[in-house]
Amino acid sequence: MSFQINKLYYGDYGESKNGAADISTTQQNIAEWPLWEVFIRSKQGLDHKHAGSLHAADAAMAIENARDVYTRRMEGVSLWVVESKYIHASNPDEAGSLYDPANDKAYRHPTFYDLPEEVKYM
Amino acid sequence: MEQAFEQIFQDKIDREVRIEPKDWMPEKYRQTLIRQISQHAHSEIIGMLPEGNWITRAPSLRRKAILIAKVQDEAGHGLYLYSAAETLGISRDQMYDQLHTGKAKYSSIFNYPTLSWADMGVVGWLVDGAAIMNQVPLCRSSFGPYARAMVRVCKEESFHQRQGFEILYVLSKGTEAQRKMAQDAINRWWWPSLMMFGPKDDESPNSIQSMKWKIKRFSNDELRQKFVDVCAEQVKVLGFTLPDKDLKWNEERGHYDFGPINWDEFWQVVQGNGPCNKERLDARKKAWEEGAWVRDAALAYANKKAKQKQVAA
Repeated sequence: MSFQINKLYYGDYGESKNGAADISTTQQNIAEWPLWEVFIRSKQGLDHKHAGSLHAADAAMAIENARDVYTRRMEGVSLWVVESKYIHASNPDEAGSLYDPANDKAYRHPTFYDLPEEVKYM
Repeated sequence: MEQAFEQIFQDKIDREVRIEPKDWMPEKYRQTLIRQISQHAHSEIIGMLPEGNWITRAPSLRRKAILIAKVQDEAGHGLYLYSAAETLGISRDQMYDQLHTGKAKYSSIFNYPTLSWADMGVVGWLVDGAAIMNQVPLCRSSFGPYARAMVRVCKEESFHQRQGFEILYVLSKGTEAQRKMAQDAINRWWWPSLMMFGPKDDESPNSIQSMKWKIKRFSNDELRQKFVDVCAEQVKVLGFTLPDKDLKWNEERGHYDFGPINWDEFWQVVQGNGPCNKERLDARKKAWEEGAWVRDAALAYANKKAKQKQVAA
């Protein structure tokens, strides 16, 4: 079945109606505030977790903006912000070889071992 | 080579593996997403204007606090979405520029005026209700940052709809004048709300590409029907009516039948000829231009501080 569909989401009216189809992604705005990544500790005792990103002129403003954008409903008790340009990431194209060493070592998991039924609490 | 990548990409999509910003993706997928996400973000930002209109005139402190919180949420939703779009390689300023120059669109529903307090109730009940129905499937969008942003948005959106219905419920128990005001608001917003789901499926010229890529999941008509069915029941609780003489339960289909939608009006509004298109865009541009000195000052201050720190070190 190949029925034609034109699903329009909230404000997106497709390309036929000049919906910014011809976007270019060359960076040209030097006056833009830098981008920051936001990490939130949701509860004392838990890790900080990545929540999203935002723009701010400096770290103090990034913390305040992060409070307003990401913790309006008590989502956090602690915030970290770091300028996005300082994040280094592994390359997804190399994921295969990068994680290869762990691939064939099932014996690192407890379920690898056959124990007799009588053994409890181990 | 390109074809091999495309195959790997489609395999991931078919297995419901999310695509992340640094993963290889077809250029067309990237562009479609930038268009969709940025226009969604613009809708949240412009969507603040019709409701912001009533903050100073809210009938009680309780209503004012709620309305401020709601409008602040819309700003937050816009920001989540802009960030998601930025992971695809477009800058925030470029997106603003597309909005301000009219190159990018936003939801046509916000080009209608909010004439009375009851409109705040109807916008919550119908407009946010329609938005939620459209947006819930987006939480499973194939693009990770978009899906994650939408999970946040949907979580926050349900209070928006409930507070709107509550406004109307209180009005429905009020004076004759209040009931009339509420009914009038429902009459004005009902049809534009139905248009929010987009053109009929069989009139759609576009390809099935977005379904294949799992950016889109349900058809316009499916969601619209679901919305009509829900609202036709909810309006009874309010003791009001929906302005459609053809609205009738169809036992055979198990759905409500409803009258034809005026698609001419819809495209007119999309193309800039709605009652408030100019006003909305002007307000947005004014805020952007008059805020320029704040952005410049903050950046100059941050640079100065950074330089002082360097000298001290």
